Amino acid sequence: MDLTLSPSELSFRDELRAWLAENHPGEEPSGEDEAFDHRREWQRRLFDAGYAGFSWPKEYGGRGATLVEQALFGEEMARARAPQPANVLGMVMGGPVVIHHGTDEQKERWLLPILTGEEIWCQGFSEPESGSDLASLKTRAVKSNGEWVVTGQKVWTTFAHKAKWCMLVARTDPDVPKHQGLTYFIMDMEQDEVQVRPLYQITGQPEFNELFIEEARIPDENVVGGVGNGWGVAITTLMNERAGLGAASAAGLRIALEDLKELARERGVADDPVIRQRIAQLSIEVELLRLNSWRGLTHIMKRGVPGPEGSLPKWQWGEINQTLTELAVDILGEDGAAWDSPWTYRLLRSRANSIEGGTTEILKNIVAERVLGLPKLR
Amino acid sequence: MNFDFTDDQQAIKRTAKDLLADRFKPERVRELAEAKAYDDDAWKEMCELGWAGIFIDEAHGGQELGTVELIILLEELGYALAPVPFFSNTAAGLAIQVAGSDEQRERWLPSLASGELRGTVGVVKGGEARLVPDAAEADLIVLAGDDGAVVAERSAAEVEAFDALDATRRFGRVRADGGEQLPGDVQPALDRICVALAAENVGVAQRAMEMAVDYARERKQFDRPIGFYQAVSHRCAQMLLEVEGSRSAAYYAAWCADAEPDSLAQAASMAKAYASDAGWRVCTSSLQVHGGIGFTWEHDLHFFLKRAKTNALMFGSAAEHRERVAGLSGLASDLSVA
Repeated sequence: MDLTLSPSELSFRDELRAWLAENHPGEEPSGEDEAFDHRREWQRRLFDAGYAGFSWPKEYGGRGATLVEQALFGEEMARARAPQPANVLGMVMGGPVVIHHGTDEQKERWLLPILTGEEIWCQGFSEPESGSDLASLKTRAVKSNGEWVVTGQKVWTTFAHKAKWCMLVARTDPDVPKHQGLTYFIMDMEQDEVQVRPLYQITGQPEFNELFIEEARIPDENVVGGVGNGWGVAITTLMNERAGLGAASAAGLRIALEDLKELARERGVADDPVIRQRIAQLSIEVELLRLNSWRGLTHIMKRGVPGPEGSLPKWQWGEINQTLTELAVDILGEDGAAWDSPWTYRLLRSRANSIEGGTTEILKNIVAERVLGLPKLR
Repeated sequence: MNFDFTDDQQAIKRTAKDLLADRFKPERVRELAEAKAYDDDAWKEMCELGWAGIFIDEAHGGQELGTVELIILLEELGYALAPVPFFSNTAAGLAIQVAGSDEQRERWLPSLASGELRGTVGVVKGGEARLVPDAAEADLIVLAGDDGAVVAERSAAEVEAFDALDATRRFGRVRADGGEQLPGDVQPALDRICVALAAENVGVAQRAMEMAVDYARERKQFDRPIGFYQAVSHRCAQMLLEVEGSRSAAYYAAWCADAEPDSLAQAASMAKAYASDAGWRVCTSSLQVHGGIGFTWEHDLHFFLKRAKTNALMFGSAAEHRERVAGLSGLASDLSVA
């Protein structure tokens, strides 16, 4: 057991830390469009420095970073409070799918503009009636004159109004078992047959969108991974979404914890034994998230697959962030009821953490069935 | 970066697991617990194998391995729920190794490593140490208090043995006026002792979780294994979360003891606080999965549950360790303990 970083990992981290100190884009401007442009410029700056698509193989414009470097990258970004780059979905989900399953032409066409941020990607998976049971989705794609005609509705589509491309999973064969009849497409968002409507959340923000798709066209060469293989391709995307995020999310929570301690001091409750117990418990859980994530990375490096602790970070992160924001608002007391309090926004936003990217209940099912070997529900 | 055991450490783990599974079958643990006895032959065997001195330097008859190797043994001893005086003897060895003078180490460590003498440690509050493992059987007792630690021979101490919740261990209350001061700072030893208890609770909780999962696969109600129902399966998933969290915390704290001593205090208190709570919660949750049978004396689960709770109550409660974490993590306060 050795938890120290190697000299090359340390120098990588120090180099990145120094680069971030020089190049941090500053506070995000208010206004949705301004904020997005800010993040797009940040994406470009990351690309120019070779930090975009960090985990991608070098031949596709990435850096071929090791798992440890990826975790350090996430930790340092969180530590510096750097914004998310604009094309995070393209880099974390779309690009890796094209790299794994795409043809040479597809790689040539799509990968570079993802990294530069020139073309923004969004994800069309969830539907109003297909959330956790994603494979039951109903959006239909029918082949006609060499192209696909798509009709259906998608929901929770981040950046749909800014996106050029949508990772779309649609049903191409309704007569086979549900997992077998799906196909993964890259759909051009710039057509009138795709209508985007903002979806306002309990925070009052339209962070997500709904997509209404009425006979949209997708050329046949935009199928990724072959017709009928959409489920397998989509699963790659979801696994990419979860892998390696633990260390970064723990680093983000460490920052939030510092904010919380600062709040406790400002409000004169840093001596309150009950508050101290609750902050200490959170400190412990944030530390365990970090440690579980690093143990999970070791497991993947040694055995090629995630260990039992690898299924836990997303679940832990959601619970911790919810508990942390609840405590902050408790400390604020009456002032926590103000709509413009940043902590109150965080309190509300955290309620999505146990739903987005796999509900806690689905994650528990996965742990119960695949890690503990309990009977399968289906 | 390798947050896992080395090949040598894996070998220690396998050897310990196999030996303990053979020596401490459930019926044997029960027999010893009900007789309020230890397995002296198994203890002798462990001493001969070098377990008792695993962390003690070679010059004093030990193996000179680290805290990581020590907690590998403790996790397996917890998993097996082995009724042996390993923990108490280890605690005394840690205290003397960390805080003793050269002369004291020379005098005591070789006998503790060989099993010739037995030791223990108690934490004194209000003039008395109230939950001292193996107090009545130990040859020497280290008492840690506000003014550091003293070591006393048992004959010089007032020991009152009592029946504790955990029937797989003996306990006593100890008062001693005299004793010989250990000149060094005993706190790093207490931290290692807390890590040892946390590691034991990892093993205890792992076993209680496995019992729950096995039972949930076999037991049928409403024509299905109860593990099919999410009310049961999600309970089991929660157990895994807490077992793995305890494990990460204990392993990390043990590594800090060996390689990054400045981080030990906080890591040890985090491990002790979390593994104390998790040990109890996992065992009680396992009892709930077992339903009525889990509440019977004839089922083995209660021995694990009682060990988990008793470990939680020794060497500082979870709340006391959380208070220490708060102080160490930048919330300064006059209230901080320890």
